[in-house]
Parts: sequence; structure tokens; C-alpha cells
Amino acid sequence: MLAERKILALNLVSSPGSGKTSLLERTLKALGERVNMVLIAGDVQTENDAQRLIKAGGRIVRPIVTGGACHLDARMITKALEDIDLSAAELLFIENVGNLVCPSSYDLGEDMKVVLISTTEGDDKPLKYPSMFRRSSAFVINKIDLLGQSDFELARVKDNARQINGTLTTFELSCRTGEGLNGWYQWLEDQVALKKGRPPKQP
Amino acid sequence: MHELSIAKEIIAIVTAETEKKRLGRVETIHLRIGALSGVDPEALSFGFEAATLDTPLEGTRLVIEPVPVRATCRACGREFAVEDLVFLCPGCRSVDVDVTQGQEMQIDHLVVE
Ligand SMILES: Nc1nc2c(ncn2[C@@H]2O[C@H](COP(=O)(O)OP(=O)(O)OP(=O)(O)O)[C@@H](O)[C@H]2O)c(=O)[nH]1
Ligand SMILES: [Mg+2]
Ligand SMILES: [Zn+2]
Repeated sequence: MLAERKILALNLVSSPGSGKTSLLERTLKALGERVNMVLIAGDVQTENDAQRLIKAGGRIVRPIVTGGACHLDARMITKALEDIDLSAAELLFIENVGNLVCPSSYDLGEDMKVVLISTTEGDDKPLKYPSMFRRSSAFVINKIDLLGQSDFELARVKDNARQINGTLTTFELSCRTGEGLNGWYQWLEDQVALKKGRPPKQP
Repeated sequence: MHELSIAKEIIAIVTAETEKKRLGRVETIHLRIGALSGVDPEALSFGFEAATLDTPLEGTRLVIEPVPVRATCRACGREFAVEDLVFLCPGCRSVDVDVTQGQEMQIDHLVVE
């Protein structure tokens, strides 16, 4: 369904609170005018994340309240997209339920999984959740503004991630200060272009 | 904890199969579960037991065969066992490797009375 439409579909996964919605808010504000985005926000109980994305400028936003389920599945995505006109859409973001285990077993028809962790978590997360890191294509390390306040070490988390998946594209950024976000935006635009069959713009 | 929903999917598949083929009571369901499947065998067995209470599958056992992780190097083509979660080609040290085994979660066969 998504593949033939040339819409880049990204499945964003993390533990609860790592910053998935914050990253999408930033992305909407920065690229919302240039890239036609559709967003699906999965949550166990509330539609709060979807509301935040609408506030941040999201024009097509759909909540999925799983009512207890710890992951999204492809049926839920199909249903959420049912009444959306996708003809102009270029980028579909799916914010999965906060959980690094269960969503790894479900293919949502995405082009790539983007796994996100924050510097307030353990830097051994890649080793603890190898299945998710193995299946992901990009790795976002968020909240670098808080580095130094715990024993989280950037070099160690990157080593651990490289051991599990040496081909991950890695970003270090802060959704609070904005540091590092330009690389993320650039990568997104490049991936959207590639999906459409156009080579990315040279910087 | 998605093991309960996986257990329910297994139950649905097995029930459909036994009805279609008019099979007798299912004694054991044999599964292959990869070390990288993201499925916890113990939680799955527990979820299965809970979900089959008071159904025709009550008392049916899950027999889980763990599947180790293997990979193929894209650079030199070598096929190797991934040990201790080190996804590195032992031949050429490349990290560009494809997992060929260990992500699966399959029903292998059923043993029916
Ligand atoms: N200091 C700091 N805080 C951040 C950063 N990014 C997000 N936060 C805060 O972290 C908290 C959780 O962020 P969310 O974006 O809601 O996280 P989430 O991953 O969407 O959470 P769930 O959807 O509940 O799993 C919020 O209070 C954010 O303000 C950051 O880069 N630095
Ligand atoms: Mg969120
Ligand atoms: Zn090799």
C-alpha cells in the first residue's frame, strides 16, 4: 500500500519518554512547509501525542489508541490511513507505543525503523534490546543537553550499537536545545528524495 | 508484553487448522523461536496457558525450539554464527552483515492425538 505510492514510511520506536513526540514536533516545525507529512501517533491510553503534533503544525495527524496493547500492528495502520488522501503525501511518520521489545516483532509496512534513546537511559540499551537495534536503520540519541549528568557515555552507547548493527545511521541531538537537529532534517529530506527515485541534493 | 497477543494468534491459527482438517485433540504445538525474535519463550508459554483456559486447547503444551542467530557477510560472503550479540564478520571484520536466521517465530508442526 505504501510502497507503490513512493511515500517514505518511518516507524519511530523508543522506551517511554525518550522523546519521540518531541522529535516529531521539531521535525514538523522545521520541515512542515517543505515536506508533506502524515503522522500517526500510537499510544496505549490517550490522544495527547496526536494533539501535540497538531499543535506543532501537523496537518494530517491520526491517533491510534491501542487500549492496552504494547505495540502497533499493520491492521491498525491500514485502518488509521483509510480515510486519508495520500496522493500528495511524501513522508509518513508512525510514532509507535513507548516500548523497545514488542514493536520489534511487528512489521508495519515501513521502509525503516528509527530507534531512539535518550541520555537519561542506560548506555547498554542496544545490548539489552538487540532485536530492535538489529531491525532499525537509524539511531537517534536524544537529550544530549543532559550529557554529564549521569554515567551515560556517548562513546559507549555508540560502541554498543555498532556491535549490534554496524550499519546504523546515527544522530546525536537535543530536542530541547535544537543541537544536532540539522543533520536529522537533512537525512530525512535525502531519504524522501531517494524514495521518490531522485538522488538527494548535494550540500 | 506482546506474548499474550502472539499466543492468541497461535491459538487462532491452530484452531483454524484443526477445524479445517478435522483433527483430534492437539497434544503439543512445536514452535521455532529465534533468539532475535523479540519474543520471550517463558512469557509466551505463560500467556498461552492463560489464553487457552476453558477452550478446546486447554492442556495443550507449547514446545519451543530456540533458534540461534546466524548471519552472512555482505562484503566477503562468509556465513557465521553470531555469538554474544557481536554482529561482526569473523573473516573480514565487516559490520555489513545480513541476519539469515534467528529472527523467526514460526509454528513448525502440531502433534495431534
Ligand atoms: N532535557 C531534554 N528533555 C527532552 C528532550 N527531548 C524531550 N525531552 C522531554 O522528555 C519528556 C518526554 O518527551 P516525549 O517527546 O513526550 O517522549 P515520547 O518518547 O514521545 O514519550 P511516550 O510517547 O510517552 O513514549 C518531555 O518532558 C520532553 O520535554 C531533550 O532533548 N532534552
Ligand atoms: Mg510520545
Ligand atoms: Zn566478511
